[in-house]
Amino acid sequence: MKKLSARRRHPLAALVVLLFALAATGGLYAAFAPADEAKADTSAQSLAIEEGKKLYATGCSSCHGTGGQGTSDGPSLVGVGAAAVDFQVGTGRMPAQSPGAQAPDKPRVYDQKEIDQLAAYIASLGPGPSIPTEEDYNPSGADSAAGGELFRTNCAQCHNFTGKGGALTHGKYAPPLNDVDPKYVYEAMLHGPQNMPAFPDSVMPPEEKREIIAYLQDVNGKETASPGGFGLGGFGPVAEGMFAWTIVLALLICTAVWVAARTAKARKS
Amino acid sequence: MSSHTGTHEDENLPGERETAHGEVANRENPFADPGLPPHEPRKQDIDERAAKRSERTVALLFTVSMLATIGFIASYVIFPIDQMVTIWPLGKISALNFSLGMTLGIALFCIGAGAVHWGRTLMSDHELIGERHPIEADEETKQKVLADFHQGAKESQIGRRKLVRNTMFGALALVPLSGVVLLRDLGPLPEDKLRHTAWAKGKMLVNQNTGEPLRPEDITVGTLAFAQPEGLEEGSHDFQKEIAKAAVMLVRLEPNDIKDKRELDWSHEGIVAFSRICTHVGCPVTLYEQQTHHVLCPCHQSTFDLADGARVIFGPAGHPLPQLRISVNDEGYLVAEDDFAEPVGPTFWERG
Repeated sequence: MKKLSARRRHPLAALVVLLFALAATGGLYAAFAPADEAKADTSAQSLAIEEGKKLYATGCSSCHGTGGQGTSDGPSLVGVGAAAVDFQVGTGRMPAQSPGAQAPDKPRVYDQKEIDQLAAYIASLGPGPSIPTEEDYNPSGADSAAGGELFRTNCAQCHNFTGKGGALTHGKYAPPLNDVDPKYVYEAMLHGPQNMPAFPDSVMPPEEKREIIAYLQDVNGKETASPGGFGLGGFGPVAEGMFAWTIVLALLICTAVWVAARTAKARKS
Repeated sequence: MSSHTGTHEDENLPGERETAHGEVANRENPFADPGLPPHEPRKQDIDERAAKRSERTVALLFTVSMLATIGFIASYVIFPIDQMVTIWPLGKISALNFSLGMTLGIALFCIGAGAVHWGRTLMSDHELIGERHPIEADEETKQKVLADFHQGAKESQIGRRKLVRNTMFGALALVPLSGVVLLRDLGPLPEDKLRHTAWAKGKMLVNQNTGEPLRPEDITVGTLAFAQPEGLEEGSHDFQKEIAKAAVMLVRLEPNDIKDKRELDWSHEGIVAFSRICTHVGCPVTLYEQQTHHVLCPCHQSTFDLADGARVIFGPAGHPLPQLRISVNDEGYLVAEDDFAEPVGPTFWERG
C-alpha cells in the first residue's frame, strides 16, 4: 500500500482513477441493465407490428393505401400515431361503414389486442402521439372547475357547454360526449380525429386535459346528478324556450278551450 | 229532439226548452240573429245525486291540494338541499327540488281543477247576453262639452292676445330639447376604439390555456390554439373589454394550401392568426374544421375559409375575418407584427 500511496501524486494518477471509475460504472450498468428484457420487448414489439401489418392489409388498406400513404378515399396515416388508431378503431369509427361527411361511432370491430397491434404498425410508419396511460387520463383529483373554464374556451363552441354536441357544416357534427371513456376523450384532444382540431400537449398540457375530463365527468358522466331532473337535452335556453312556447303553450290553449267548452248535457243530442 | 219525447229522462226535464227562443230565422229575413240555443240542463241540474257526486269530487280536489301544501312544507323541512335520489325516468335528481316541485304543482293544479269542475258542473250554466252601451255620447253631452270649450277659449283670450299664444307655443316646442340633449349622456362616444385592439408590433402571442407565450413549434398541423396579447391580465379592470376585441385563433396550414397571397405573407411557416370575432354580429367564431379549414359561426352559420384569407363562403357575414400579421422574435416566440389592419368584429356605419 505504501507503494500506491507514494504514487498518488503522480501526474497520471488522476487519469488512472478516472479510467477505473469509468470501468466500474460501465461494469455495474452491464450487470444490472435488463439487457435480455429489452431484447424480448423489441421482438414483442416487432411481432405486434407484423401482426398489425396483416390486420391493416385486410381491414384498412383499401382506403388508406397499402403502406398507409392514403388514397382518394382515405387520408394518409403516416405520423398520426398510435393514439389516433386506438381512438378511431376503439370507438368503432374505423373501419368506416361508408364514405360520407363523418364516420360515426359504432360497436367496435376489433378487440383491444388487435387494436394495439394495428396501433403498433401505424406508429411504426411515422412518429405521432402514443396511447396515453391510465395515469395520464385518470381525472381523479383534477380541478373540474378549471376544467370547465378550459372546456368553455377550447371545446364548447362545437361540443356545447355541457358536452351535448352540435352541428357543423355539410352534415358534419361534433358528437355528444356523454359517457365517453376518459381515454378516448384524452386521445381525441391529443391528435384531433377527423375534423376536430388537435390540442397537443404544447398547446394544452396533460394536466389541463385531465381537468377537462374531470369537468366532463361532473356535468355529463353516468353518475352526474341533474338537480332539476328534466334537462331537455341540456342545450340551454333555446331548447327550454322551444319547449315552453310550443308544447306547454299548446297544452295551455287546449286546456283553456276545454274549460270554456259547453259542458256535458243530461240529454244526448 | 222530439224523438226522445216520452222517455223516462224527459219526465224530469223542465219545460223551458219548449219555448220558441232561438228558432232559426223565417223566410222574410234569412239572416236574422238566431239568438242563443235553448238552454239544456246538465245531469247535475236535474239529478241531486249527480250534483252531490260533483260536490264530493270538488271537495276531494281541494283536500288533495291542502295535503299537497302540507307535503310541501314537510319536504322543505325533511330533505337536505344536497340529497340526490334516483327516480325513473328522470334519473338522479335532487330530492328537495323534486318534492317541492311536485307538491306545489299538485297543490296549485288541484285548486284549479277543483274550481273548473265546480264551474262546469255545479255553477249555473245559463248563457247570458250583456249588451254594450254605445260608444258615442248623446247629443246633449256633446253640446255641453263644445259650449264649455268655447267659453274657456273666450275667457282665456287666447285668440285675441297673439303674443301670449305664440310665445307659449315657442316655449312648449323648445322644452323637449333638454331631454334630447341629455341623450348625449347615454355613453361616451366610441372615438377610434372600434378600430384598435390591444395588439401592437412586437407583442407576444400568449396561449390562453397556459398563460405562456407560444412558439411556432407548439402549433402542429391540425392544432387549434387561442391567443391573447401579452400584458393582458385576466381579471384586470379592462380585461373583458380588451379580450373582446383582441381574441385570436391560431392554426397551422400547409403553406401550399394557402390560396390567398396576403394571408401567406402575414403567416409564419403556415401559422395564421385570425380574429375570433365574427364580422356579422360579433359571436365567437371558432368552430374550426381541421380538414376543410372552414370556420363556422354558431350564431348564424357564417362560414369562413381560413385557407383563403378567411373569405366568407356562406352566411350573412359581410367581411372576411381580420388577420393578425405575425412573425417570430429573437427568442423564438410568436409576435404580432402590427395591430389588425381593419376593425375587428361586426360592421358599423363609419367602418368604410
